[in-house]
Amino acid sequence: MLPLNTIAFLVENKAGVLFNVSNMFRRRGFNIESISVGAVEDPQVARMTVSVYADSKELNQIVLQLEKMVDVIKVKRLDPMRSIMREMVLIKLDTVDPMAREETLRHVNAYHGLILHIDPESLIAEVTGEPEAIDEFISKTRPIGIEEISRTGVTALEKGNLKLER
Amino acid sequence: MSGSKAFVEGLKRENVDIMFGVTGGALLPICDELWGSDLRFVMARHEQGAAHMADGYARALGRVGVCLATSGPGATNLVTGIATANIDSSPVVAFTGQVPLSLVGTDAFQEVDIIGISASATKYNIQVRSPSEIPLAIKSAFHIASTGRQGAVLVDIPKDCQIDVEDIEFPDEVSFRGYKVNLEPNPREMDWAATLLSKARRPVIMAGGGVISSNASAEVIKIADMLMAPVVTSLMGKGTVPSDHPLFAGLCGMHGTGEANLLVSDADILLVVGARFSDRTTARLEDFGRGAKVIHIDIDRSEVDKNVETVTRVIGDAKLALQGIIERLAKLSYEPRANGDWIKKMNKFKKQYTPPERPNNPHMRAPAIMKALRKVLPRNALVTTEVGQNQMWAALYFDAYAPRTFFTSGGLGTMGWGFPAAIGAKAARPDVPVVDIAGDGSFAMTENSLATAVEENLPVIVVVLNNRMLGMVAQWQRFFYGRRYMAVKLGEYPDFVKLAEAYGAVGVRPETIGEFEKAVQTAMDDNLTTVIDVPIDPEENVFPMVPPGKGLRDLMVEA
Ligand SMILES: Cc1ncc(C[n+]2csc(CCOP(=O)(O)OP(=O)(O)O)c2C)c(N)n1
Ligand SMILES: [Mg+2]
Repeated sequence: MLPLNTIAFLVENKAGVLFNVSNMFRRRGFNIESISVGAVEDPQVARMTVSVYADSKELNQIVLQLEKMVDVIKVKRLDPMRSIMREMVLIKLDTVDPMAREETLRHVNAYHGLILHIDPESLIAEVTGEPEAIDEFISKTRPIGIEEISRTGVTALEKGNLKLER
Repeated sequence: MSGSKAFVEGLKRENVDIMFGVTGGALLPICDELWGSDLRFVMARHEQGAAHMADGYARALGRVGVCLATSGPGATNLVTGIATANIDSSPVVAFTGQVPLSLVGTDAFQEVDIIGISASATKYNIQVRSPSEIPLAIKSAFHIASTGRQGAVLVDIPKDCQIDVEDIEFPDEVSFRGYKVNLEPNPREMDWAATLLSKARRPVIMAGGGVISSNASAEVIKIADMLMAPVVTSLMGKGTVPSDHPLFAGLCGMHGTGEANLLVSDADILLVVGARFSDRTTARLEDFGRGAKVIHIDIDRSEVDKNVETVTRVIGDAKLALQGIIERLAKLSYEPRANGDWIKKMNKFKKQYTPPERPNNPHMRAPAIMKALRKVLPRNALVTTEVGQNQMWAALYFDAYAPRTFFTSGGLGTMGWGFPAAIGAKAARPDVPVVDIAGDGSFAMTENSLATAVEENLPVIVVVLNNRMLGMVAQWQRFFYGRRYMAVKLGEYPDFVKLAEAYGAVGVRPETIGEFEKAVQTAMDDNLTTVIDVPIDPEENVFPMVPPGKGLRDLMVEA
């Protein structure tokens, strides 16, 4: 399988930019694994993080095609060794069975998660971590009975004085 | 000031004096503002034609061409034209009317999401949200369309933004944080390129459309002379080097000349300038320039290493890059005369393939028609082509002597492009004859542009190489599909002579090469839109041809 890469980039914070970015990925046949968008200090700018399965040639093309876009300001491939990558998952588990509830609590604690809501039949937990850790957490809780899941996609920052500067 | 006034004023500030379009409900306020202005509005009969006219105008002058369409079907009709211009890096700005903002998103009458639809077919697009945004939108569109790797930009203007009145300012400049055009090549990249070139024994230069955009023909010729390097072109590069230059080796690619394809295959250094290695130019990628180190000069960094791996690249304006390399080369010691054997080889290759005579065939032959046309036209005449066999015959057998004299839809291969593009080119260069080398199938796609040519007094000559066939497709069926002529026979109609006459143009049907030459001469002398319907053999093939899936070396020269 192709390696999973993370690319962070700054874009103009305006209508249509997310469409243009995802349209470029679709058109050129690059497969987005996850994408996250959010505001930064400058209200006119948004930061996107995309993770994508690609070989190095493809990854190079992705970066160049992004750089070519008028509304894309700055692009960087993130080196996993020099970056902090995080993703959050919200998960709703079937916890009618008290044993299930207990097991859920154990897993959530092990992954430093939070219990956000408890109902008689189910419970919602939040876990944040590296995407692989989220995968792990999900596979561990699967036997309990997952009712619903929502992942944010990866967001990332580089360590030290490395920056996605304009 | 109203949005429409701002629109007209904005265009004037970009030195626009002509636009091509078809009006409609969502353009009424703008058109009303154009009434009495000194901007010329050339009425097309179909928006596709309008876009191709703007494209032809742009290519002929190297300046932005402008087209207009109303919302909905007007806008969708433009799309083929925009996509054609964009993929060939032609600077076109298209304006579309849109339903009023309050109706956008409601599936209103004649609403289409042209921003979404045109996203992949343009370099950039903008939807205006208030009258005061119009000047900046225009300035941005012209800036983006005409700088860097040029292309098509669409501006969508809702009707209320045309009507409403606001305080409006006209910016002198635009800047985008994410769009910086870097023309200056990196000196180290040029050092490296020059060093490699100085060591070449079998150098070949491939010139593409970027050479024309950056006005770098003189530099290509200069460096070719310095290195004694044969020059081949991509389809888009035709005209960069005069066809009668001794180092010119013709078109490279699926329908390239024998010498071009063989030289590229045997080269040790390939200097590729402003070309993007399209599959029609490279044929089988694995075989392309296999023994060669590739040096790529391009303004668009994303084209480097996209299809063909390079050993070095120079990113920037082709003219500046070549000037820099030439300067460096002049300081290096190298021995171009050592390439003497290479030049001998080129000349041998050149003799290897000339199309065979077929003395017993009663039809006029396409290569002969091309040569006759060349003989009659002045060297500075402009020629466009349609798509199919006609296009390849024109590319192979019609000599071009200068940049911006030969225009074709290379990237998209849009049938119906050549005729309206010729009209646009005529609007740009009324001083020279303009000829569309057409196929009967292609001409049928935009023949309604005859009305524009005649009514707007933009006389062009259409040479229909009439095989009553979608000939190029038929050629593939002959070679690869057991001659099963599915959906390619066009039958006996229309009668193109009568068709021309119906539009108030001149129609002629020559029966010999002599009559053909006379028809062209008369059309030029009278300066009237003329359709010259030239019957040719429906079975005639374009050769040479590299069959699909094969490398440049594997070219067929006969059936
Ligand atoms: C708009 C469009 N539709 C279909 C095609 C596919 N196509 C490529 S060449 C060709 C035949 C062109 O026929 P004609 O204009 O008569 O040229 P000829 O090959 O006969 O010279 C067709 C149908 C195309 N290139 N463009
Ligand atoms: Mg035909």
